[in-house]
Amino acid sequence: MDPLLFKAILVVAVFGITLIVALYSTFGERKIAAVMQDRVGPNRAGPFGLLQPLADGIKMFMKQELIPSVSNKWLFIIGPCIAMLTACMTGVVIPWGGSLTFGDQVFELQIADLNIGILYLFGVVSLGVYGIMIGGWASNNKFSLIGAIRASSQMISYEIAMGMAIIALVMSTGTLSLKEIVMQQDAGLANIVYQPLGFLIFLVCAFAETNRAPFDLPECETELIGGYHTEYSSLKLGFYLFAEYINMFISSAVIVSFYFGGYNFPFQHELGLDGNLLTIVQTLVFFGKIFFFVFFFMWVRWTIPRFRYDQLMHLGWKVLLPLALFNIFATGLVMWGMGKL
Amino acid sequence: MLTNRSKQVVKKEMTIMEKAYLPAIFSGMLITFKHIFMKKATIRYPEQVREFAPVYRGQHVLKLDEAGAERCTACGLCAVACPAEAITMVAEERKKGEENLYREEKYASTYEINMLRCIFCGLCEEACPKEAIFLTDRIVPSTFERDEFIYGKDKLVETIDQKVDVTKRQTPEVLEFKKDKKHKHNRTFLDRVLKPSSKH
Repeated sequence: MDPLLFKAILVVAVFGITLIVALYSTFGERKIAAVMQDRVGPNRAGPFGLLQPLADGIKMFMKQELIPSVSNKWLFIIGPCIAMLTACMTGVVIPWGGSLTFGDQVFELQIADLNIGILYLFGVVSLGVYGIMIGGWASNNKFSLIGAIRASSQMISYEIAMGMAIIALVMSTGTLSLKEIVMQQDAGLANIVYQPLGFLIFLVCAFAETNRAPFDLPECETELIGGYHTEYSSLKLGFYLFAEYINMFISSAVIVSFYFGGYNFPFQHELGLDGNLLTIVQTLVFFGKIFFFVFFFMWVRWTIPRFRYDQLMHLGWKVLLPLALFNIFATGLVMWGMGKL
Repeated sequence: MLTNRSKQVVKKEMTIMEKAYLPAIFSGMLITFKHIFMKKATIRYPEQVREFAPVYRGQHVLKLDEAGAERCTACGLCAVACPAEAITMVAEERKKGEENLYREEKYASTYEINMLRCIFCGLCEEACPKEAIFLTDRIVPSTFERDEFIYGKDKLVETIDQKVDVTKRQTPEVLEFKKDKKHKHNRTFLDRVLKPSSKH
């Protein structure tokens, strides 16, 4: 098979799986919310309500599309596009599994093994704020603007702590390539053992970056009537909501790759599985880990209320940032003590 | 203050454990996780229906007698007894040849109950001297228009064979209790007219 053809198939597959997972995350979110509140949840569309996401999607398509006359029309349209685009772009550097061998050809289950994968990831994630910012600003609505300002200040604040947490990880692994980070965890222990504090900071920041509860201030329904997407309707609104779920899926994949061994699982080489079969099992295990974290995201959302704005800033700048700096320092000290510098 | 459960609001500094948020978040997450396996409080409504209480009071009916004549004589006691003022009626004299339609010389030409005003207390049923109005176990269906909630005789009048069992809500204990006129809610309209309370 032509390597380029395989890459094309992989791109489409990753794109499709991301969308399907995001689609069913909306269903999962509602079901989990329901069972945690002693309710039944959506169960009307199809068996066990499994067709609910499709019904929701059709609803989004069919709704009337409104563009406020006072809005900046082009920016209003570009906003959700950027949100969706950046959400889908992050999946490129994630290693979804080992390698498949057909005959004498070896195909890596990663779209692009960038040697600066982490930097790429970070760059795209920072772009994500533009979707919200532009959308909120172009709406020409007070609530949208407040939501957009909250979103940008929140994402910028937490990106710093997140970056610092990753610096410590990069120090201990010595690489910026995601593939290599995952491979190292196959040889040794998962990075959570070396970077527990870094994981904690990264996890909290991941919640803030995806605008999930308890950091869902940009869209808090009760105060801002939806925040930055107040004026949006139809598929554009769907794009924003969908982008959030894609972000959640990708963040889970990143967390698993960084700290929980990616597609590796304990004793995988003692099972006696040959190359391709092992790769498939690894990919399934990877998705199992991702789904746990997606569940975790929802679990947290339906447990705790959102932070107040000053608490959010306090946590970001006065707690997480010093903690992340301390983590870098401690990592350096330990590495120096072990003679790894 | 009445319940002794009121608490003074104190703005105290959070302890370090509380400031760390994580222990509290963790315990909260344990609680929500436990709820996943708990019994659901809701039911799948159209398929599953909750059990009605035996004393349930729903939509009213105006009963005909065994011969198919209306029992109601438009005395207006139900309208007077009604605390929500949901019942209105217009009385009319029975003409010759209508004996098979109306039991007594007087009847209600219109009889309307506003189901939006009605509180389903059952006082009309209690006040009725002619055993005409009863509350059934039927639910008043919801509609989109307010005027559709005003039920006239076309919806209320019913033959006798569809029996309404009121004995469940009139157990011996209830009947005994109702004789106790010390309680204001047990004094009917007639009691109030004949024996006004000693205060006045």
